[in-house]
Amino acid sequence: MDFLRPASWEEALAAKAEHPTAVPIAGGTDVMVEINFDHRRPEYLLDLNRIGDLYEWEVGEESVRLGASVPYTRIMENLRAELPGLALASHTVASPQIRNRGGVGGNLGTASPAGDAHPALLAAGAEVEAESVRGTRLIPIDGFYTGVKRNALAPDELIRAVHVKKADGPQQYSKVGTRNAMVIAVCAFGLALHPRTRTVRTGIGSAAPTPVRARTAEEFLDAALDEGGFWDNGKIITPSVAKRFADLCAAACNPIDDVRGTASYRRHAVGVMARRTLTWTWESYRGTTRQKGSVA
Amino acid sequence: MRVNFTVNGRPQEADDVWEGESLLYVLRERLGLPGSKNACEQGECGSCTVRLDGVPVCACLVAAGQAEGREVVTVEGLADYARERSCATTACGTSLDAAKGWQAKPASDSRAAEGTELSPIQQAFIDAGAVQCGFCTPGLLVAADEMLERNPNPSDADIREALSGNLCRCTGYEKIMDAVRLAAARQGEAV
Repeated sequence: MDFLRPASWEEALAAKAEHPTAVPIAGGTDVMVEINFDHRRPEYLLDLNRIGDLYEWEVGEESVRLGASVPYTRIMENLRAELPGLALASHTVASPQIRNRGGVGGNLGTASPAGDAHPALLAAGAEVEAESVRGTRLIPIDGFYTGVKRNALAPDELIRAVHVKKADGPQQYSKVGTRNAMVIAVCAFGLALHPRTRTVRTGIGSAAPTPVRARTAEEFLDAALDEGGFWDNGKIITPSVAKRFADLCAAACNPIDDVRGTASYRRHAVGVMARRTLTWTWESYRGTTRQKGSVA
Repeated sequence: MRVNFTVNGRPQEADDVWEGESLLYVLRERLGLPGSKNACEQGECGSCTVRLDGVPVCACLVAAGQAEGREVVTVEGLADYARERSCATTACGTSLDAAKGWQAKPASDSRAAEGTELSPIQQAFIDAGAVQCGFCTPGLLVAADEMLERNPNPSDADIREALSGNLCRCTGYEKIMDAVRLAAARQGEAV
C-alpha cells in the first residue's frame, strides 16, 4: 500500500489521474472501518486532510457550496438556517467523534443507501461538484446514485464540493433506529417545502438500492396543494391528502429484509415519517404565513 | 512509512508504520501508550477517543499518516492538558508561601511521584465510583473533559449527547453521569 499525501487540490487530482484505483480518505469513518476489518486493501490511499479548501463553505445567493470535507459538526453549528434539512440529518450521524471527522463528500463517495445526508440532499436539491484533470462538472443529485454503493463518478474524479440549494421554506428530516446515537438508519426520510416554486421534494434513505425521491408522491402533493389553494390560504392539509401522500411515499420504496428491519416494516415506517414530516413542515409554513399576514 | 507528530506535548516519531495502520495502533503498539483502548475498530464504542488538534475523534478511524504534523492528546496526557488549560485562565505555579516552605525531602510514597496527579475529571470518576471494569474509562474521560472545556454548565441532556459515542458494557452510565456532574460542579466552585 502507498500513502499519497497531496498538499493541494491540483496535486490530488494529478495523483488520482495517475492512480485511478487510489481510495480517497478524508474523515476515514468509512474507509478505515473497511481497512481495519480487512474488507479492503487499496493499493493507494489518497489522504485529503491537508487540502484546506475542502473544509470551507460559501453561502451564495441560491445555494451553499459545501466543501467535501466540512465535518457534520460544522454543518450543525453553522448552516442550520441555510440548510435546515441537512443540519438535522447531520445531527443524526453516529456520535460526536464521528461527526467531528466525517463529512458529506465521504457520504457521497461511499454512496451507501443508508447514508444519512442523502435524503436531505435529495429533498433540498443539490449538485455534486466533481473534478478531474480533465475538468469540472456538476452532477445533479438525482442522477448521482447509480446503484448500491455506486455513484456517477469517473475513476479519475474526486468530489470537491456539493452545492446545496438554500432553504426557501421549512425542511424536516426523520430517521428510524434503535437509539438516537450510533445508528445506521433502518430507514430515513427528508422533506422540503419550496414555497417559491410551490413544490415539495422528498428523499428516502435505506429503503431502496439507492437513496431515492418519491416522485409520484411529490407530483400528487404539488397538484393537491395547488388545487386547494393551500399555499395561499395556509389551511391545514386535509388528512386524506396527507394519507395519500404517505401511501405514495411508501410505494416509492423498494426495500429488502435485513438485520435492521424487514421490507414491510420499512415501507410502513417511510409512510409514517412522510406524514409526520409533512405535518411538521406545513405547520411551520402556516406559522410563517400567519405571522407575515399579521405584520401586513 | 515514517510519521512525525506530537503526543501529549512531546514530539514523537514512529517508524515502519504500515500505510493502512490506524493512529490507535501507532499509539498503543509503537509509542507504548496503551491508555486509548482498542475494542470495536469501527468508531462504534469510543474507547479509543483522543484529541486530534483539540478535536475528539476515534483514533481507530484516523489513518496514521493523517496524524503527520498534528497534535494528539491521549488519556495519559489528560492531567497535564487540564493543568495547562487551568493555567491559561487562572494564575498558577508555586505560591510564595509554598516556595518559602519548600525543603528537600524524598517523596512520601512512590505513587506521589511526578506525573501521577489526576485531572479533575479523572478524580471525579474515582470519587463518584464511575469506574467499573475500566475499559471504556479512558475514552469517556477524554470526551467528558472536552465537553466541560466547551460547556462548563452542562445539562443532563448535554452530557448524554456529548458521551453518546462512548459505550460502557458494564452499563455504569448513572455513575458516569454523576462523575461528570461532580466535575462540572467542582469546576464551577473553582472559578
